[in-house]
Order: sequence, then C-alpha cells, then structure tokens
Amino acid sequence: MDREQVKRWEAQCIQEQPPACTTACPVHVDARKLVECVSRGDFEGGLAALANAVPLPRILAHICDHPCQTQCKRMEAGEAIEIGKLERACAEHGGALRETRAQTARNQRVAVVGGGLSGVAAAIGLTGRGYAVAIFEARPRLLERLRLMEESILPAQVIDAELAVLSRLGVIVRCNVLAPDSIAQEFDALYLATGPEPLGADPFGLSRNAQGRIQIDPLTLATNVAKVFAGGAQRYSPAPYSPIQSLADGNYAAVSIDRFLQGASLAANRDNQGAYPSRLFVNTKGIAASPAVRATGSYSKEEARQEAARCLPCQCLECVKVCEYLQSYGSYPKSYVRQIYNNECIVMGMRKANRMVNSCALCGLCTAVCPEDFSMNDVILDARRSMIRIGKMPPSAHDFALRDMAFSQSEAFALARHQPGFQSSLVAFLPGCQLSASSPEHVASCYEHLRKSIDGGVGLILQCCGAPALWAGNDEKFQQALNALEAAWSSLGKPRLITACSSCYRMLRDHLPQIPVEPLWPHLHRALRANNIPAQRTLAIHDPCSTRGVSEVEGSARALLGELGITTVELNEPGLTTCCGYGGLQLFANPELAEKTVARRAQQSDADYVTYCAMCRDRFAHQGKRAIHILDLVFADESFDPAARPDPGFSQRQEGRARLKTRLLQDVWGEKESIMESSIELSISEEVKALLETRMILVNDVRRTIEHAERTGDKILNPKSGWTLASFRPSCVTYWVEYSSAGAVFVLHDAYSHRMEVH
Amino acid sequence: MTSHAEPPPTHICGKCKVTLALGKVTATYLGSEFPIELWKCPGCGKVLVPEWLATGKMLQVEQALEDK
Repeated sequence: MDREQVKRWEAQCIQEQPPACTTACPVHVDARKLVECVSRGDFEGGLAALANAVPLPRILAHICDHPCQTQCKRMEAGEAIEIGKLERACAEHGGALRETRAQTARNQRVAVVGGGLSGVAAAIGLTGRGYAVAIFEARPRLLERLRLMEESILPAQVIDAELAVLSRLGVIVRCNVLAPDSIAQEFDALYLATGPEPLGADPFGLSRNAQGRIQIDPLTLATNVAKVFAGGAQRYSPAPYSPIQSLADGNYAAVSIDRFLQGASLAANRDNQGAYPSRLFVNTKGIAASPAVRATGSYSKEEARQEAARCLPCQCLECVKVCEYLQSYGSYPKSYVRQIYNNECIVMGMRKANRMVNSCALCGLCTAVCPEDFSMNDVILDARRSMIRIGKMPPSAHDFALRDMAFSQSEAFALARHQPGFQSSLVAFLPGCQLSASSPEHVASCYEHLRKSIDGGVGLILQCCGAPALWAGNDEKFQQALNALEAAWSSLGKPRLITACSSCYRMLRDHLPQIPVEPLWPHLHRALRANNIPAQRTLAIHDPCSTRGVSEVEGSARALLGELGITTVELNEPGLTTCCGYGGLQLFANPELAEKTVARRAQQSDADYVTYCAMCRDRFAHQGKRAIHILDLVFADESFDPAARPDPGFSQRQEGRARLKTRLLQDVWGEKESIMESSIELSISEEVKALLETRMILVNDVRRTIEHAERTGDKILNPKSGWTLASFRPSCVTYWVEYSSAGAVFVLHDAYSHRMEVH
Repeated sequence: MTSHAEPPPTHICGKCKVTLALGKVTATYLGSEFPIELWKCPGCGKVLVPEWLATGKMLQVEQALEDK
C-alpha cells in the first residue's frame, strides 16, 4: 500500500476531528471531554481538561463568553449544552489543580506590557517555556478590569487565588509603573497587551492603523518591529471585550515569541490556530429534543451532571452505525486504515488484521453514508491486492469461491452461441452464474421469452463476469475472466448484452465499458402481458448492493414489479441498501459475520422480501427469511410458494449450472450432450448436508473421493462400524469422507477437510 | 504439534489389509513442517487424519501459518 495514499485515507475519515465546540473556541478547549467528565461527576477531570488549554482556568470558568455554545450540535435537538456553566461548576467543585511548573530556565528575557488577561496569559505561557518574564502594569493591580465585575459573577478571591501562580512561576510583576523607555534594550522580546485604547507615544516606532491602534499580524501577532508583538483588545477592538479572545491572544503571543527567540518560522503550521469550522459530521436526526437544565446562579453538582448528560456527545460514526462489519471490529475507518497498513508492514510475527481485511463486503454503503465519501471498499481492495502481490494472502480465504468461479468458467457451464437458425446476434442474454445456479428453470424461460420477443437473433452467453476474483483482490484471475467474457462477446459479433445479474451489470459497466449492457427487467413486460394476472400483494424490496444507486437497474426492477401488481415497500432511502453477506466474499472469509450481515437486513421488515439478485434471495432463504426473486413472480408457478424455497447451497448451485447448460443444449440447440453421469449414487441426510455446507465441501468432492477409494482401494476400513473412511486430495485440500454402502447406494456419514499435507 | 493418540486401534488399511499402528508422520503447510504421531498403515504408509484433529488443532495451525 502506498504510504501517501494511506495518509490521505486517514485524513478523509473525520471521526477523530475535534467537535464544533472545540473548534469554535479560540484556544480549542476540549469541551466534549470536560462535559463528559462532569457527566460522570468528575469535576476535577473537567477542570483539568479546561486547564490543559487555558491559563487561569478558574477565572475563565467564571467569565468566559463561551463561543463554543453558539456551535453546539445539541441546538439541533433542544438547547445548546450550558458549557460555560459547566466550566464554572468545574471551577467550584473541581478542587485544587496540579501546579504549573516553570521549565528549565533560558537566559532570554521577555517583557509584557499590560497586566490584563492577555498579558498574564502570555506571561504564564512564556515562563512555561523557560523564559524570564516581567509584567509592567500602569494600574495598581493585575486584572483590574476583571475586578470591576460583580462578585456573583467573579469573586475577587478567585482572582487572587489564581494569580498566586505567577509568584510560583517567578514572574516579576511591576504595578503602578509605565514601561521604561529603555525596555526595548533591556528585553529580548516584548508583548504589548495594553487594552482597547489607541496607543500613546511609543519608543519603538510601531505602525498604526487609522484608529491609532498598533498594526498587528492576526496570525502571529507580530508588529513592524521584529521583537515587538502585540495583541488582546488592542488588536480586536472595537469588537466587544472577549475574555477568551484576550486570553487566546496571550497564548498565541507566547508561541510567537518562543519561535522568534528560537529563530523558527513565525507562521508555519498555524493553519488551525483560533476558531474554525469543525469537519466532524454529527447526525442529530432522531435525537429527542431536550432543554438545558435551569438554575439560579451556578449549578449544583447534581444539576451540572444532569446538564452534562445531555451532551450527545458529538461523533460521526455514520458508516459504523449502518455496517455490521465496521461495527464488529470495534473501531472506525481511520483506525482501520492504520491497522491495515501496519498489518502489511509486519516483517516477523502475526498479521492480525488479515481476517479483518478479508471480511469487508465491499458493498459501498460506507461511502454512500459518509459525509466525506470515504470508501472502505478502496482501502480493502488495495490491501487485498497488495497481500497477493507480496504473497501474504491467506490461501484459504477465497479459495473456495475462486474454485467455484473456475467451475463457471469451465466447459461444465461456459457457453457462447447464436440463437439456432441465426448466423449473428442482435443481442445476447447473459443470465449470470448465480441465477443459473439458483434458478436454472427461470434462465431457460427468460431465454425463450427473449427469443420470441426480439427479432434479429438472441445469443446466449453462460460465463462468469469475474466478480469473485475482483473481490478477492486477484487481478490476474480477474483479468482472465474479463478476457474470457470479452472473447465470448466478440465471438457473437459484439452484440448488446441483456443481463439478469446486478454484479455482471456492474462489472461490465466498470471494467468492460466497450460492451453495451442493459438490465433484463424492461424486456419482460411483454411476457407479463401474455402470461400473468397481476398478483396484488405487498412486498418489501431489497436492492442488491452491486448496483447501488444505478437507477437504470433499480428503476426498471420497480417498474416491472408495478406491472406485476406488486406494491413495494422500501427498506431504506434510495442508494442505502445493505449487503446480503455474499459481497466481497465475506461469506467465505468470515461466515459468522456474513450471518450477522444478512440477519440485520432480514430483520428490517416482517414483510416478505422481493429482490432481483439470485444470491441475495438465497442468502435470505438461508436465514429463514421469506424472499422471492422477481422472476419467481414473472414465471409464477401456482403450485408452490417461491418465498419458502430453501437456499440451494453450494453443491446444488454447481449442479444447477451444469444441468442448465445440458438442458439448453438439448432443448434449444437439439444437441444431446453426453454428460459423464457419475456411477456413484449417494444418500445424504439433511444433517450431513448442512455439515457439508458449513464446511464448504461439495457433494461432487465427496463423490470423487468415494470414486477414488472404490477404484483404487485407497481407503481405511473400520471393522467395528463397517464404515469406510477415504481421503482424496484433488488440489490443495484433502477431503475425508466416511461412508457405508447399502446395495448400490453409498450412505454418507461424515466429511471433513484440511489443507495440511500429511506424509 | 504434539502427538495424538486416539483409541481406534482396529482400523484396517483397505489396500494392505493390515491394522493401522501409531507411527511418526510429517504434516507440512506453507513451508513449515511438524512431526506428529498418527495412525498409519505399516505397509503402504497410508495415514489416518481423524476428524477431531482436522477440525481442531490442525485448522488452528493452518490459520496461524496463513497469518504469519
């Protein structure tokens, strides 16, 4: 995986972005954390969260003009969280703070002119960085402006207690004095925080604006004189007094002066200094509105806890909320990207994220719901391809699915023919291998209907589109599949394709754009008029994830259902369908997760489902959910209930494909293909069938194992039970089969497999 | 992998018609080799991998090796 790309992916996921309350704050107080602490009754922790960003936290807690509250997402459901009051509660109930200590002393000296909030904050910030600081204040005391506030708003004792920190830090405080003219010579740098009034005479020769205030760079607080910085109300006046902005300027000045004295760039990496809009998306839909907790004066502990409990708290997790996969690994995409990248970089030791990489359904729902269009699909496919390139893809992850795909590409299924009696094809029907596997009779009916309704020759292509190889990250096999499909299309004279499979449609559109393709559904309207009476029933419609948001497919399926007399109930907003657990080969890499994925969808409605993907239908059936394929309605058979049809399972799927080809060759082209019917007749109980399915052992593999044993004598006999145990390794899996014979029939008792070779 | 002794001492090799006996065999996967004691035919060397081993420890080791 490309490191730069990994970084871009990480940056695209916004879950770790600070919430709006934090980014609205000029010093980025972690208000979400503070509120969370209060909700647990941890006022000390809340105060510490404030102190982390704010010098003089207890003073600020009483007087902050809290711009955070103006951006609080709670306002979309009731009133903003009273963050200001909660800060005050932290100051009142939070006990003593851990004492700030001066850093190792540097030999440079900084003068601060003006002992208001901005000047004092700068002084604390600079002593924290190791500089010797002196404050010059013309009035009798520091923070004189704050002392004019009412006692109920800011008690004088809070000011005095908080200012005690200055003597601990060794700040020299000179009150009742004007800064000496020689100040520029005596100090290495200066911070002028002289309040809102226009500056009087100055010994530095500072540039002024039209109002006579100092011209100050808003980012760095630099003036036209290199060692002189200025800020606070002097900078932002005539805007009204803002305690948090004055204090923020003091913080910024400390950063700038430190950089100036260290010879570093003043402006570099300060893009997010000050307030900025948060990127964090917060969905407040469905959250019950609630008003703020009212109190006369400040909050009691209990009132504060109640108010804090109203915090959402802000986070995105839009994708995690809708995806069983993203939920099951306990984190969110940004963290997954890092885990996946680290997993790939392991040289020695276990790659613990392999299964996680192979468990994604690649359904694209995360991208559809993400405010920033993050695609887990892209990340996962890149990771799988990369694992294959470096030879670290677990061989068992997709082996079964790829062998099933190879079957569909083999002579057993693959076919490309013109309609009998035609030398060319106007169009060709591509049913897809899963519909052929699940409902071969529908494929035969569709092909018959298309031949009747379209003049000019309707060819047939039985072929796999390569989707399993794409999902497995196996570019080589995928390209081979695309080549085979393109060759089949070319052999029929490059006709327009009509497909019944959403995955085929998607593969062709995305990877073989030269092949014109359209869905089958609009072509069936005429079949209906001939055959059907509208059914008049209500079904919940499930769209397969492979054509998410493709209106040509989704719309045409709905139109057909409408004509069938079906009232469809939508299971989701347009474009937000979920996967059945087969997508991305989730079913093979993580069967337990695939169960949860399909169960989640199945539980969404009590209605019977209708879908136009054979695999989705069978996955629902596997889950015990009543589900109908759209073709079950078109070619309705009154004699049975299609919603109750069980999942055919892996073995029957392969057999279905093989039989479809044989049947079509016979019925349509009049060719009697002599298929090698196996001489082995098997009897398999439902219980053992289910076991085969879980263990991904095909009946065909069982048959081959028994054939091999009976032909060669390579078997083990159990005289006690009279059963035979045989093993066979056709490629990379050894199959073990335990059976007995009852006349000409072999009764299967057990089957298991392993990949290890034993000699 | 440690040695496993299961109690089916009466299994008979279909080819050689002799009773299987415990013997040393080697299990290999993805370039790693493990000596292991299993029931095998003293004649042709046919090895019996029991179900509990294939679906238990053997599967675990396979998965661990795949993630290495």
